[in-house]
Amino acid sequence: MTTSPTGTVDNDTLLEIFRRTSLINQTDERFRSLLISGKIRLVYYPVRGQEVLSASMMTALNPDDYLVTTYRGVHDQLAKGIPLKKLWAEFTGKATGTCKGKGGPMHITDPETGVMVTTGIVGSGLPIANGLALSSQLKKDGRVTVVCFGDGSTNIGAFHEALNMAQIWKLPVIFLCQNNRYGEHTAFAESTSARQIVDRAVGYNMNAIKVDGNDAEAMYLAAKAAVDRARNGGGPTLIEAMTFRMLGHVFGANTSYVPKELVQQAIDEDPVPRLRKTLLDRQISEDQLAAIDAGIASDLNDAVAFALDSPYPDAGEIRIDVLSTEIAA
Amino acid sequence: MNAPTKISFSQGINMALDEALAADPNVFLLGEDIADAQGGGVFKATLGLSAKHGTDRVRSTPISEQAIVGAAVGAAITGMRPVAEIMFMNFLTVCMDQLVNHAAKLRFMSGGLTSVPLTIRCGTGAGVGFGGQHSDMLEAWFAHVPGMKVVTASNPADAKGLLLSAIEDDDPTLFIENVAMYAAQGAPPEPGYKVPLGKAAIRRAGGDVTIITYGRPVGEVEAVAETLAAEGISAEVIDLRTIAPFDEAAVLNSVAKTGRAVIVHEAVKAFGVGAEISSRIHEELFGQLKSPVKRVGSKYSPVPFSPPLEQAFLYSRAEIAAAVKATMG
Ligand SMILES: Cc1ncc(C[n+]2csc(CCOP(=O)(O)OP(=O)(O)O)c2C)c(N)n1
Ligand SMILES: [Mg+2]
Repeated sequence: MTTSPTGTVDNDTLLEIFRRTSLINQTDERFRSLLISGKIRLVYYPVRGQEVLSASMMTALNPDDYLVTTYRGVHDQLAKGIPLKKLWAEFTGKATGTCKGKGGPMHITDPETGVMVTTGIVGSGLPIANGLALSSQLKKDGRVTVVCFGDGSTNIGAFHEALNMAQIWKLPVIFLCQNNRYGEHTAFAESTSARQIVDRAVGYNMNAIKVDGNDAEAMYLAAKAAVDRARNGGGPTLIEAMTFRMLGHVFGANTSYVPKELVQQAIDEDPVPRLRKTLLDRQISEDQLAAIDAGIASDLNDAVAFALDSPYPDAGEIRIDVLSTEIAA
Repeated sequence: MNAPTKISFSQGINMALDEALAADPNVFLLGEDIADAQGGGVFKATLGLSAKHGTDRVRSTPISEQAIVGAAVGAAITGMRPVAEIMFMNFLTVCMDQLVNHAAKLRFMSGGLTSVPLTIRCGTGAGVGFGGQHSDMLEAWFAHVPGMKVVTASNPADAKGLLLSAIEDDDPTLFIENVAMYAAQGAPPEPGYKVPLGKAAIRRAGGDVTIITYGRPVGEVEAVAETLAAEGISAEVIDLRTIAPFDEAAVLNSVAKTGRAVIVHEAVKAFGVGAEISSRIHEELFGQLKSPVKRVGSKYSPVPFSPPLEQAFLYSRAEIAAAVKATMG
């Protein structure tokens, strides 16, 4: 069953989505500028173009709800509330990072903000999300789990196994497919037999919502409906949030295979200025928005400085956290 | 056009695939993004091959490792010679069933009625900042499965010659490529150049100690052997090239001569290929050994992201030299 939630989103909620969007957008841009200047070195998966869907989804969650995401997950982690300094330190491999520099950008975990797993293996997050949701169901802790993945990931067996199990067990989990139209260099239709991802929910008898992920209001309403349903025992939802990967698969990758018209269309429909315009149309002042942006810019400066000034982990850390007890040298 | 004076590792692979496709209509390639429309492979190893041999025979696939290897197994038992690219070795875990339960065993379980002349290529390797899910060296897992061959190359010409032999071989063969070596240059092989499976190469002759290695560490070991020579230690360096089944004759003949052995690999030392080779040496040559066999491998840890930890994880030249000196007493 495909549903289209309707309703209105109040100004405070939309401003919160704006704040998270700005945080993602500025962080993503800063990663790319520091990579260009050579100040940092890492494999970086840009999230340009996917800010608003993530900000809207996570705004519909409680702070203690769970998140599972992928290598392209910095927008999800930030929107979920991960501390900015620790995130920057982890992305740069520092001892002060969320995971002491051991996991790195592809493997961010911060249980305090519900960021439970970040996987580099396509599709692997979905079955794990079921486990988080099962735990909540058994413990009756009222938490909801969101798992993010790309359109290309829906061709992996794990996607199908996870959807079926979540539905028969009515798990409080939301499968958030961020359909950015490409998986690496492969366009959606070249690799996916379904016309749209939500069609795949039909076979699992699962509630599904297809939404313009770049429309903050529609995305928030979809997210809220799915979260409420999960929290109230209604079971899982597959959300297909339409968006566009505005940059290459990884930072620095060639994008010549993306048709120019599609790129132009994505620029015209850029969700970030679009959200700003929605707020201005609601008589929110430009000054108020600029102040939010400036506050984030200042936090970002602090976080980058913190990460760059932080020490690397000691070599002996290689023997710690492998097992529950330290490995002998 | 003049023949190139040097070729890269990926060019060596490309040459082997090109020759195999040209020589045998039963050869075809499949894997994620391997056709030219998708960039000719993430590591560019298949660049130009779909243009030359057509997308029927150089096929880009969905992100579906189980379906890729399963299709390769099915085609192989009808006599085709598929070459599947599984981008990173860690993704083999996603299609382990097809490899271990089927590819490796169908010949035996069918009493020889079917066979699986399949080649799987995969990249991997630590030292490039890809973190815990894109860097593992898992060759020992596959060497432990009866029915499969495991091959890796230390230079571009061998990559070409070994891969061509793997494709022509009638058994399922895993061909491991070190991602840190794709750009490495080496002398170009002659057209038709092949390296037989199961045959080691002696990279340096010596009389005091035998160092057995394969893949990327071969270059490191040669450098260490050079510095040891200046200190009066004469090391013989054996590049296994085929890990399973390994060239026992070459190893045992050399160790019978030197009476000392060190095994070096990038894979984690514990339960690695080095343990098997060391055992074989002890079983066959115990009475002739002048000192116990030593092993050098990476540390018992997932591959860390943080650069200093990743270096601490990896085997080092200093450890190789120390192991050799320990055997010298
Ligand atoms: C099992 C597995 N196969 C292949 C890959 C390599 N890979 C990394 S990202 C990616 C594309 C994924 O596309 P999609 O799911 O649409 O997510 P996006 O990158 O667009 O966010 C691929 C093939 C992987 N990480 N894991
Ligand atoms: Mg995608």
